[in-house]
Amino acid sequence: MSRFDADAIVVGAGPAGSCAALALARAGKNVILVERGPFAGAKNMYGGVVYPRILDELVPNWWETAPVQRWVVRRSTMILADDNAFTIDYRTPSWGRPPYNGATAYRPDFDHWLSQQAVAAGATLVTSTTVTGLLRDPAGRVNGVRTDRPDGDLTAPVVIACDGVNSFLAKEAGLYTATDAANFTVGVKETLALPRSVIEERFGVRDDHGVDIEILGGTSGVNGGGFIYTNLETVSLGVVLKLPKLTAQSKRPEEIIAGLKRHPAIAPLIEGATVQEYSAHVIPEAGLSMMPTMVTDGMLVAGDAAALCLAAGIWLEGVNFAMASGMYAGRAAAAAIDNDDVTAKGLAGYTKLLEESFVLADHRKLKDIPGLVLSDRVQSKYPGFVTSVIERLFRVDNPNPKPGLRRIVREERKRAGIRVRDLLRDGWKGMRGFG
Amino acid sequence: MDAKNTGAEIWPEISFEERIGTAEFRIHERAHIVVDGDTCRGCSTRECVVACPANLFVPTSDGGILFNYENCFECGTCYLVCNKEGAISWNYPEGGYGVVFHRT
Repeated sequence: MSRFDADAIVVGAGPAGSCAALALARAGKNVILVERGPFAGAKNMYGGVVYPRILDELVPNWWETAPVQRWVVRRSTMILADDNAFTIDYRTPSWGRPPYNGATAYRPDFDHWLSQQAVAAGATLVTSTTVTGLLRDPAGRVNGVRTDRPDGDLTAPVVIACDGVNSFLAKEAGLYTATDAANFTVGVKETLALPRSVIEERFGVRDDHGVDIEILGGTSGVNGGGFIYTNLETVSLGVVLKLPKLTAQSKRPEEIIAGLKRHPAIAPLIEGATVQEYSAHVIPEAGLSMMPTMVTDGMLVAGDAAALCLAAGIWLEGVNFAMASGMYAGRAAAAAIDNDDVTAKGLAGYTKLLEESFVLADHRKLKDIPGLVLSDRVQSKYPGFVTSVIERLFRVDNPNPKPGLRRIVREERKRAGIRVRDLLRDGWKGMRGFG
Repeated sequence: MDAKNTGAEIWPEISFEERIGTAEFRIHERAHIVVDGDTCRGCSTRECVVACPANLFVPTSDGGILFNYENCFECGTCYLVCNKEGAISWNYPEGGYGVVFHRT
């Protein structure tokens, strides 16, 4: 091993990279974790909720030390049309007790904390260092990375690319066949300052309990969605916009956010709030259909770099997929090093671990859902259809008698210009797709 | 935005400069993204102008694109939406530089 700088080099100290480094360090491997930000998490933002149960294996009782803002005890899905809204709202105090369900957190805090778990286990974290390319041995196998430091080459038998959604390493290694803008959305967010007591009154929560609201509609006609969730003393609000649809119209992202904030169902929640921080990030949204080859000789890819982000309507997850894939990549790499075979074949245990876990099981089960959720009918016709059915259902229009549900659905379907056969097809696709 | 499109009656209105000023950028002297002015001059679609969350691509009166890398989120939107081969050379900033998020 002495001819290498380490047993493994992990690129990117986000949730995937830190879990990969943590798993390798726990297996007794010498691992270098390289991060381009001045600290882990400096480059990271997201749409709101961490589901950390996968950490039970790596960091027992993680909830005692993880820097959480609020535990999500209320989970809502809101359908917005022009000036009206229909919300499905679930709440339970049990999600506010160990082992919890989901939490809101600031990623610079959470990711930094997770990187320190890897450091405590023995990993070497190198910050403020950008990886600029791959090193290969004469046989073409990846055996290190170039960095922007003077004499900055780092060598190791295995490289784990956790370098995020743009993953230039996965592209350089030839693991992606093509990059199609239609597979990506851009998430744009405002962190809005409000007094803690105001947040708790408006969102109906107390103590360290919080709310996550996911929104269909309200994005000015651009395919995508919105979100609002509570932190301790801020509310985060943002939109996720499908790139080719964003560029096909003339409203800029911050104007689309402003439109969402003006909606009568949203405005009372954030009235008077000042923008504390504005941020943006690209999201790999297309699921299974856009995923790269996960392994090549001397290299694995995990997290957003492997497009392991689940954007399936009622489920919007990424950090958990990143943590799990990073952990499995770290374990597979450690086993391959022990077996003295770091070729693609020797590292193939990674793909198997992904297949056997929720990481690829969820993506396989829900493979048709990301496309369905971002489709034109679901985005532009169904929200108005649903809210107008609800409006007529709840409206008391005396002296007229109640019209009955079937008539309302038929009339509102026609008004929305939805064909029966499309509704049935999408319904079937949804039923089958949600498994 | 015209007057009726603002949310001033609901929340304090801010300019784009104030908005981008809420994010921290540690600016390196060398640009990490380089835009080829000649290619952009011949582009009629200009996807970058509407899509860049940091509003870094500004059309000029003489038909070009003015680009400034300093307040970049490093998100990748511009190169993903760009339809002109070679117009945008995209890299990450030097280690330790660029955007630094805090409450995101």
